[in-house]
Amino acid sequence: MSLEVLSPGLLTTVQDLGRRGFRAFGMPLSGALDPFSLAVGNLVVGNSPGAAGLEVTLAGLGLAFRSERLVCVTGGDLSPRVNGRAIPCWEGVLLREGDVLTFGGAGPGGARCWVCVGGGIDTPPVMGSRSTYLRGKLGGYKGRRLERGDILPLGVPDILSPRGEGFAVPGELRQSSIEGPAVRVIPGPQEGHFTEEGIEVFYNSSYCIDPGSDRMGYRLQGPAVHHREGADIISDAVPWGAVQVPGNGLPIITMADGQTTGGYPKIAAAISADLGLLAAAAPGDSLSFRRCGLGEAAAASRTLKESLDRLRVLLAGYRSRPPRSVPKADRGALRLHFDGGSFDITWEIIGREGR
Amino acid sequence: MVPRRAGEDAPRLAWCGDACLVAEFGDVIDPRVNSRVQALGVRLATLAPPWLVETVPTYRSLAVYVDPWEGPRDEIEVLLTRLAISAKGEPSPPAGTLCVPVCYGGAWGPDLERVSLHAGLEPAEVVRRHSGGRYRVFMMGFTPGFPYLGGLDPALETPRLENPRGLVPAGSVGIAGRQAGIYPIESPGGWNIIGRTPLVLFDPGREPPFLMATGMDIRFVPVTAEESEDIARLGRGAAP
Repeated sequence: MSLEVLSPGLLTTVQDLGRRGFRAFGMPLSGALDPFSLAVGNLVVGNSPGAAGLEVTLAGLGLAFRSERLVCVTGGDLSPRVNGRAIPCWEGVLLREGDVLTFGGAGPGGARCWVCVGGGIDTPPVMGSRSTYLRGKLGGYKGRRLERGDILPLGVPDILSPRGEGFAVPGELRQSSIEGPAVRVIPGPQEGHFTEEGIEVFYNSSYCIDPGSDRMGYRLQGPAVHHREGADIISDAVPWGAVQVPGNGLPIITMADGQTTGGYPKIAAAISADLGLLAAAAPGDSLSFRRCGLGEAAAASRTLKESLDRLRVLLAGYRSRPPRSVPKADRGALRLHFDGGSFDITWEIIGREGR
Repeated sequence: MVPRRAGEDAPRLAWCGDACLVAEFGDVIDPRVNSRVQALGVRLATLAPPWLVETVPTYRSLAVYVDPWEGPRDEIEVLLTRLAISAKGEPSPPAGTLCVPVCYGGAWGPDLERVSLHAGLEPAEVVRRHSGGRYRVFMMGFTPGFPYLGGLDPALETPRLENPRGLVPAGSVGIAGRQAGIYPIESPGGWNIIGRTPLVLFDPGREPPFLMATGMDIRFVPVTAEESEDIARLGRGAAP
């Protein structure tokens, strides 16, 4: 019931959907940088959308499976292979005990991927979440990035988890990554702190993600955005996606591990539905910003929610098709978790037709 | 936008993305403004609408995090305005009082001298004024469990260090401009460090993990290095 880390890659951490309820105490949310991709992968392997998976950055992870599990890799294509043979992303793949899952490098299709495993990564929750908060040295696996030799405990998979083998998430339900994306933003609470020319520059420039960017924030290189007077405000809340502009005029996008409060004016903030586009971008990639309204943001969020609902329906149909092999035993028992309830089902073959 | 009637002194509402609505009660650090922020936070938490994720109170604004998949935006704005108008600026009672033992100066407070020079006061007088103050936790941020304290004696105002330290030890008690604060975990920082407390402000394995919360009253009590070590041994156990 575990995974062994053969090689940790550049940066691999345990992440779920984040540590909610403590931002008032200065604790960042953390969690997968693309919550939608993590949720999709979890649904495919039969987990709840917020189960913990692995967030793989750019390259190099190698895992040995010590038990049979359904796996789904979502997000960018980091060339996953099982025992050296390429496997598809966004698809349920059954791994046997002893199988080795490795990742090559990131192509243009995204800088990060999420590895979801039936039963989820079962490290102890800290303050209600398994997400790793690197700077706080807590959550995930011992509060740190994975290292060679780490043994990750796995939870008990849903009984129907293996039935998702071969299920491919339809293209329109995948988070697609775009080269040089135009990230949709809503004008921020301190837009008035910037000159008209500064705002113009912000929306009409292409910015390059600085190598010093991480899960706390993306620093951008490009044309400076000028303030009207001074770059200090009385510190207030800084949500994930908020774009702060310090005195040098170079925007910083706050990410999941970012400080909960800050004292730079916020010119704009990315909409929730476009956080996945940011997660797919790597240092050196370029992006730009496009002004959008609350209505468009709400519609985009609704689309994501409907995608997950649609996926649930497709999966239910897929899992209920006849299994490839008929059980050989003539009786058995299983536990089914469904709609918030647990059901014990016992079965027995009382007669066979034909022959 | 939300219609406002004259004289009701409604907060300015501004979205910061589609998942965070900020209610701003002013642009000053002022206890009355801060108590309105906290009053709105309490009212909203009591009502617990289904779209509410959590709130973050700061000096002069309340950030209301909402589920981007739920909740009609205009309804959220209307409700917030209504609650805010009824949350008048009466000073809210403290959410509790905590005495924080501090060992001032020496290796524990490397910037006591700097503050003393800047204020033109003897170090002992700096300690007397700092520990004589009554502080309120106005907000928390920066690192998990870091309290921003209002109530510093104006004579002790000292600008931040020009070169921030790479690592400030956990428990360090600092001053930055008019603000006072305490570092809960070892982290970089540019505040003037005048002492250290043996209390553990943040321990994720403890229930509750945070020693302080917004709205609490804080007092500092000078202790000797030996007393500080005793407190660390006996009491809440200082971080190793």
